Amino acid sequence: MTSLLLIAPSVLAVAVFVYGFIGFTAFASLTKWDALAPDFTFVGLRNYVRLFETVRFQIDLRNTVTFTGFFLVSCLSLGFLLAVLLDQRIRAEGVFRSIFLFPLALSFIVTGVVWRWLLNPGSVQLGSTGINLLLDRIGLGLLKSGWYTDPKFGIKAVVIAATWQMSGYVMAMYLAGLRGIPEELREAARVDGASSFQVYRHIVVPLLNPITLGAVIILGHISLKIFDLVVAMTGPGPGFSSDVPAFFMFDTTFRGNNFAQGAGIAIILLVMIAVLIVPYLVYSLRTETQR
Amino acid sequence: MLVVTGMKSFQEVNLYRMWDVPARISLDSFITAWFGSESQGFRGLQHNFWNSVRLAVPGTLLSALLGSMNGYVLARWKFRGADAVFALLLFGMFIPYQSILIPLVRVLSAVGLYGSIPGLIVTHVVYGLPITTLIFRNYYATVPGELVEAARIDGAGMLGIYRRIIFPISMPGFAVVMIWQFTSIWNDFLFGVIVTPRPAVQPIMVALNNLAGSYIVEWNVQMAGALLAALPTMILYIVLGRYFMRGLLAGSLKG
Repeated sequence: MTSLLLIAPSVLAVAVFVYGFIGFTAFASLTKWDALAPDFTFVGLRNYVRLFETVRFQIDLRNTVTFTGFFLVSCLSLGFLLAVLLDQRIRAEGVFRSIFLFPLALSFIVTGVVWRWLLNPGSVQLGSTGINLLLDRIGLGLLKSGWYTDPKFGIKAVVIAATWQMSGYVMAMYLAGLRGIPEELREAARVDGASSFQVYRHIVVPLLNPITLGAVIILGHISLKIFDLVVAMTGPGPGFSSDVPAFFMFDTTFRGNNFAQGAGIAIILLVMIAVLIVPYLVYSLRTETQR
Repeated sequence: MLVVTGMKSFQEVNLYRMWDVPARISLDSFITAWFGSESQGFRGLQHNFWNSVRLAVPGTLLSALLGSMNGYVLARWKFRGADAVFALLLFGMFIPYQSILIPLVRVLSAVGLYGSIPGLIVTHVVYGLPITTLIFRNYYATVPGELVEAARIDGAGMLGIYRRIIFPISMPGFAVVMIWQFTSIWNDFLFGVIVTPRPAVQPIMVALNNLAGSYIVEWNVQMAGALLAALPTMILYIVLGRYFMRGLLAGSLKG
């Protein structure tokens, strides 16, 4: 009985602040509330229909897909590469691990501010700045880009910063996984004449599948929610080229007072994340109780 | 990499010379970022830095205490439906906070906490419940059941067991949770920008974003500001990195 009393306040708080609030937002998304004063006239799914017809929202969804795709691929491959390198029992491994994990202690705002500076392309008249200048100096001027100022590049500039921040995390997950693979397994494969690439391809990578899945879910849900980094680094960008739904929601709700539309975006975001997270949560908790 | 960038900000940075090694080390840009500049008309970060301290310290302590009690109950005193409660709680960790912002602002206004640091503390504590509970639950799952059992036979009540047996051995759990919560509260931007619209009350990340967003502030001052804003979590990471790591993996492998 006491146990119930002990967690009751927390459970109640979450019930209200998470589930109750989501309920309210869902309700608000079905109303005509488009000014500061609430207007709870029921309009059905009209806000959603309009959202999907809005050019900005269409761009946002496309950006989310682009961001998620590039972010997952770059983060997973870089994280895996770093983990494999660190797994070679190199000297000063701890130092490298700390360096790669370090960005995780930083705020997306700090990362965004710094990367905005690094990726500032400069101008034709005055010359290159930031990364572009560095590329010029080392003779790779070819790779210069307008980064986030170029509508075609847009959201991918944010991917660079996000990868810088998060790949250490993937590395840590993979490293823990690699350390969990018994050395005998790899040794046995080597005795059978497998090259070290084959060992990774056929033994290590399949064994790391559960970790890859976990990383995809975690990174995927971060990329669906990405907001701070976009705010600090680029804002919506030219032609909304680096806009994302989370930013659109913030913009339309708290700057434009279009609460119903904002609520609609929020609910769409929530549904996308639930589709990703709920099966994973259920699966994780199931396997836990079986153990 | 950031440290290198930070070093750059020592010099009177000129965008076209940013990869050069600073000719001389000067702390001017840090002073400007901290105190602001009256001639250029922008506020320094000092007040916002202390706002963040007054937000993150109590927020972290409260979160950790609640998380510890919840984790203890959910790990040790299984009641019917405990797993379902836990699952519902965990989902709260993943939701996009956009989906709760509108009612959050209304509720905080209604109780008079909107626009204040206590309002932000409440927000962070509530939305921190899932992760802190998760970390403590996993931590307490490793505590031998016999320990609790023996105390129960001796007639200790649940609160007594918590206070005399569980709490004293919880320090590693507290370290992990407190570092995690401090870092997330310190680094937060979304709640800060929504709940505290007045610049004088805003936490540091919101202020840093404003500083960086204004065209009158030079890059070197922005970088110095970024470094100042990042300093507490950087130090925490350098000193207590291993606990940081554990929180990180706890948040992922089970979540």
